[in-house]
Amino acid sequence: MIRVQELEFRYRRSDFVLRVAELEIADHERVAIVGPSGSGKTTLLNLFAGISTPDRGTVQTAAERISSMSDSARRRFRVQQIGLVFQEFELLDYLSVLDNILLPYFLSSALRLDDAVRTRARSLAADLEINDKLARNVANLSQGERQRVALCRALLPRPRLVLADEPTGNLDPSNKHRVVDLLLENTQAAGATLVAVTHDTEVAKRFDRVLDMAALQ
Amino acid sequence: MQGSLYLAWRYLRHHWIKSTILVASITLIIFLPLGVRVLILQSARHLTARAEATPLLVGMRGSPLELVLNSLYFGTGSPEALPYSDVDALDSMGLALPIPLYTRFRAQGYPIVGTSLDYFAFRDLTVSRGGMFAMLGECVLGTRVAEQMGLGPGDAVISSPESVFDIAGVYPLKMRVAGVLAFSDSPDDDAIFVDLKTAWVIGGFGHGHQDLAEASAASGVLRRDSTSITANAAVVQYNEIMPDNIASFHFHGDVGSFPVTAIIAVPPDQRSSTILRGRFEESSGAAQIVVPSDVMDELLGTVLTVQTFVLAAVVVLGMGTLATAGLVFGLSLRVRQRELMTMTKIGASPASIRWLVVSEMVVVSAAGVALAFLLTALTASFGPPVIRAVFL
Repeated sequence: MIRVQELEFRYRRSDFVLRVAELEIADHERVAIVGPSGSGKTTLLNLFAGISTPDRGTVQTAAERISSMSDSARRRFRVQQIGLVFQEFELLDYLSVLDNILLPYFLSSALRLDDAVRTRARSLAADLEINDKLARNVANLSQGERQRVALCRALLPRPRLVLADEPTGNLDPSNKHRVVDLLLENTQAAGATLVAVTHDTEVAKRFDRVLDMAALQ
Repeated sequence: MQGSLYLAWRYLRHHWIKSTILVASITLIIFLPLGVRVLILQSARHLTARAEATPLLVGMRGSPLELVLNSLYFGTGSPEALPYSDVDALDSMGLALPIPLYTRFRAQGYPIVGTSLDYFAFRDLTVSRGGMFAMLGECVLGTRVAEQMGLGPGDAVISSPESVFDIAGVYPLKMRVAGVLAFSDSPDDDAIFVDLKTAWVIGGFGHGHQDLAEASAASGVLRRDSTSITANAAVVQYNEIMPDNIASFHFHGDVGSFPVTAIIAVPPDQRSSTILRGRFEESSGAAQIVVPSDVMDELLGTVLTVQTFVLAAVVVLGMGTLATAGLVFGLSLRVRQRELMTMTKIGASPASIRWLVVSEMVVVSAAGVALAFLLTALTASFGPPVIRAVFL
């Protein structure tokens, strides 16, 4: 679960302040965070992931107080426990689809790449209907296919928490619904908690709970 | 670490044009100074070895360098000739063994060296196939000449005419190949050796006469009757000395006035060498005596001075290229900020990111260094023969 208490965060050289008095997200819950641009949705996700640390208060993610961890412990925790999906997919254009899915294993010593991981990557790719494109370069994929690769990369290390930052922001309507379906189905199948930031009320309605940033602050 | 290396390799492979330019820059930075140095040192070693093995050289006064290059490396320039009487004069002094050289002519681009049998003993040259020339009109080939012309004992080689329009000038001579010399890794491998008298025949100082009464001369006969034979005007394309006409070959004039381009003087000891040099220096005659190693040292001194300037320029150029390569790398990192940020978010530590960038630099540098050393090794192997072929 995620538990936030008396959180305060401010960017240097900016007047913006994010304050969340209290917030709890239960295990396996699927939550959408909505709110206008600049309201701090992405900042909140970064605090959940331990990419940013609060100035005050605590963030507890998957039973660990991530806000009190050292940089290396937070990084290690993030690699093993959290899967990240970005609006712009953030795939590396010089790698194949399979190598993009395996990217966290190339980058971090906290994950061990072996044959079992490769097999699981292929199986996950089959679930996400991109198993016939594993050898292709990601630059040759459609937007929907690219987001599926990103989703596959996030789910491969079996995270307890998936954080998605506007995962459908760059997709056309048909791809948008397909990707949301896959996101919900696969995180549920993996037994992970899902928190997604979205502008799209239609997408938000598909989640168990919708958190409005205006109400949180 | 393995993952970083793999990602680095994939990145460089995907951006192969940029990678190739970087590798080429590093290769040039290393190869240019190293290659120039190796080439000069190797060429110098080859040149000085030949010069040091030749104690003294006598030729007409003029450029000592031209005399040495022509007599030791059989270069294309032909120095002014000495009279053969100088060979006899040198011999009569009893201070050195004189070995005459006459290097004016060529056959298909290869130098024809007229000399005596002493030359082969002096240079430690042996015959690997066939035998040494024994008869007027015979020759022995250097190894590379035999290989490249595809000739062996029993075949023939024709000397090149100096002017195809001058039918009264130097006439080609068809020479029988008596043998092929063993490989010596010296300019002797690229030369055709004949007896001095054969060289004089090519030069027109000696000739033979055709007996039109012989049946073999039928093609040259215009009219024949009981009292006289009239020759036709047909031009013979080349001379050939064969057992049946060798007796008709003879020389006109004083042999002492016939030309040699140089005389290798081999004194038995240092004392004789010093006395001989002193006599030539005191003499006001037309000949000069030179120590080939001194002449080559002077040439190499000039070359090494030029090399220093060239290397200084190359180092400055290399630093500029290195700075440019560094700039390309730096700009590339700036362009990749977003990619590196994503890696950090996914879980890469700052050390992993640094290692990834270092891996790319290491792969590019290693490829550049390996290529530079390969080119340097190739230059060391093939450079000196090319330099000899082009410049000597």
